[in-house]
Amino acid sequence: MTILRARALAKRFGTIDVLRDIDLDVERGERIAILGASGSGKSTFLRCLNFMELPTSGRVELDGRVVGSERGRDVSYRESELTAVRQKVGMVFQQFNLFPHMTAVGNVMEGLRTVRRQSKPEARARAEKELARVGLADKAETYPAHLSGGQKQRVAIARALAMDPELLLFDEPTSALDPELVGEVLTVILSLAEEGRTMLLVTHELGFAYHVATRVIFLADGTIHEQGTPDEILKNPKKERTRAFLASHRQFSF
Amino acid sequence: MYKWDFAPVFANAGLLAEGLANTLKVTAVALGCGLVLGLALALLRLSPRLFLSWPAGFVIEVFRTTPPLVQLFWFFFALPLIAGIEMTPFVAAVTTFSIQSAAFFAEVFRAGIQSIERGQWEGALAIGMSRRQALNHIVLPQAVTRMIPAFLERSIELMKTTTLVATIAYADLLYQANAIAQKTYRPLETFTVAALIYFVVIFAFSLLARRLERRLAVGGESTVH
Amino acid sequence: MGQAWDFASVFANTDALIAGAIGTVRLFAICLVLGLGLGLLVGLARYAHSRWFNIPATVFVEFFRNTPVLVQMLWFYFALPILVPLEISSLAAAALGISLNTAAFSAEIYRGGIQSIERGQWDGARAIGMGWGQTMRRIVLPQAIKRMMPALTNRAIEVFKMTTLASAVAYVELLQQGKLIASLNFNPIEAYTTIAVIFFVILWPLVQLTYVLERRLKRDE
Repeated sequence: MTILRARALAKRFGTIDVLRDIDLDVERGERIAILGASGSGKSTFLRCLNFMELPTSGRVELDGRVVGSERGRDVSYRESELTAVRQKVGMVFQQFNLFPHMTAVGNVMEGLRTVRRQSKPEARARAEKELARVGLADKAETYPAHLSGGQKQRVAIARALAMDPELLLFDEPTSALDPELVGEVLTVILSLAEEGRTMLLVTHELGFAYHVATRVIFLADGTIHEQGTPDEILKNPKKERTRAFLASHRQFSF
Repeated sequence: MYKWDFAPVFANAGLLAEGLANTLKVTAVALGCGLVLGLALALLRLSPRLFLSWPAGFVIEVFRTTPPLVQLFWFFFALPLIAGIEMTPFVAAVTTFSIQSAAFFAEVFRAGIQSIERGQWEGALAIGMSRRQALNHIVLPQAVTRMIPAFLERSIELMKTTTLVATIAYADLLYQANAIAQKTYRPLETFTVAALIYFVVIFAFSLLARRLERRLAVGGESTVH
Repeated sequence: MGQAWDFASVFANTDALIAGAIGTVRLFAICLVLGLGLGLLVGLARYAHSRWFNIPATVFVEFFRNTPVLVQMLWFYFALPILVPLEISSLAAAALGISLNTAAFSAEIYRGGIQSIERGQWDGARAIGMGWGQTMRRIVLPQAIKRMMPALTNRAIEVFKMTTLASAVAYVELLQQGKLIASLNFNPIEAYTTIAVIFFVILWPLVQLTYVLERRLKRDE
């Protein structure tokens, strides 16, 4: 079952075409790792899928329905429709973006209270469950300022999960973390993968991508340069640029 | 429907121009004195000798914590009796606003000087400069660039504050406007014109100040308010 | 010199001073609430992307920040009654003049505070489906208010000082009473010194509070 479908997606900032003509189908249960050099458009692509950025052209279909109103080749978007989309397509950020004036459980509850309009006890119960799932039940009343980077990211994941998204987008979730904290976050993401969650993962952790992903996409110059299974892309890349990219990542591996 | 009639106002344009000139005169003189006095106050305040820094601190606090109009009345009505001197509205105004802006400038100077990191002082002293040389050659020049935006802000504030002199019968723009309004029985047109004149003049200075600030910021020094 | 200072006659008029104090506080409260309240609306409008809000708000802010309060006050007292068939009391004229000026200044404080909240907070809120209003109300403003406290307390102090301008339209506040006492007892020195001291005593703690807030903010950032 195709959850999301992107067709001819393009994004232009000023005079720069960051994304050109991307087609992607995401089936339920797929875990897609997106690799690419900086400036290749990976984050922009992800942000277009939950409309944090509006595509310049092309369209996105969620659950079979086009997001926005099509008028010939142009699509126009209404904010109310986009906020509804964002409840179904969750995102975890590189910089966590937790709300510093709320506790961990407060952060996780916020979407349920304000967007879903659930009662406090209902939202709290759910939030505590999600925090327990990411292993932070004991930090419920702690403020983000007193959490480590890894803990903050796990709270961010719990916050996204609380909204029951159909699709999870991870935008370099471990790039801002100290190396020894990366593991705890990857473990959580792995557990979500084992549950069968559908996810798109922009990451530099090639090893993790190899183990978790069902498909790997390599972006270059704003388009999909090469895609395939983890074995195909990470172990036997066919295209030169993919090879060069992987080589630069392996430069100092031992 | 009210019939607007600006003719009587424009007939008195000469008085308005005079008033504007007087406003600018008071502002300029108070600004000049205030800057000099403010630097002196700041240096006194920063002095490690208590008998210098305390009185300076006292003056600064009093003039920042009491309303300008009260200060003006005090200088115009009270001081002449204490000191036995003649006080014209102009002198009272200039005295009040010089000291008042000096108190604010002193704080801007102080913040600016203190914002220069210790390293600069130490670098200067380490090559054998005296404290005064360090201040004049190394610290103050850097501090001044940072303080310019705050100064410009304060100066524009001063331009607005000087309207208070109308209450002690100094013939500034507002005083003239009031006189004309009473003479011509056209307060609506008169005060509207006066307000617009103030707006145009002050806004123009405000834009100039902003452009200057931007140019300074581009020069590499970030401006801190 | 040589003349003995006569504070006795000032204190004999304590009831006049109290009436003045009440007038000052009343005007202060009205202007603070109106000014900061309207300022928030204008500040949000300044921050909005839509030109329909942005441009009128900018015009408002530029006009009322770049005209002296006294001029506005006199305009409301003398000019407005001609345009509009209403009685404009000295309280109304003073309140309008000071409030609009305060609104314009505080609008910029609000805008600056809101803009200082990093974009990631907006991203985090939007990503869980929150709209503009919800994000502003639940996430951005609560964080921004803390940062704006020093500047807003400063504004409050300025408003308190500005109440003295109301004496120009004969509103009964502290300075006006000072003028009254001085003219009745021929003791301007004692009268105005007393008024100055009263203001100093009231405002000095507030000024110290501003310093404390500023320092705490710097430490937390």
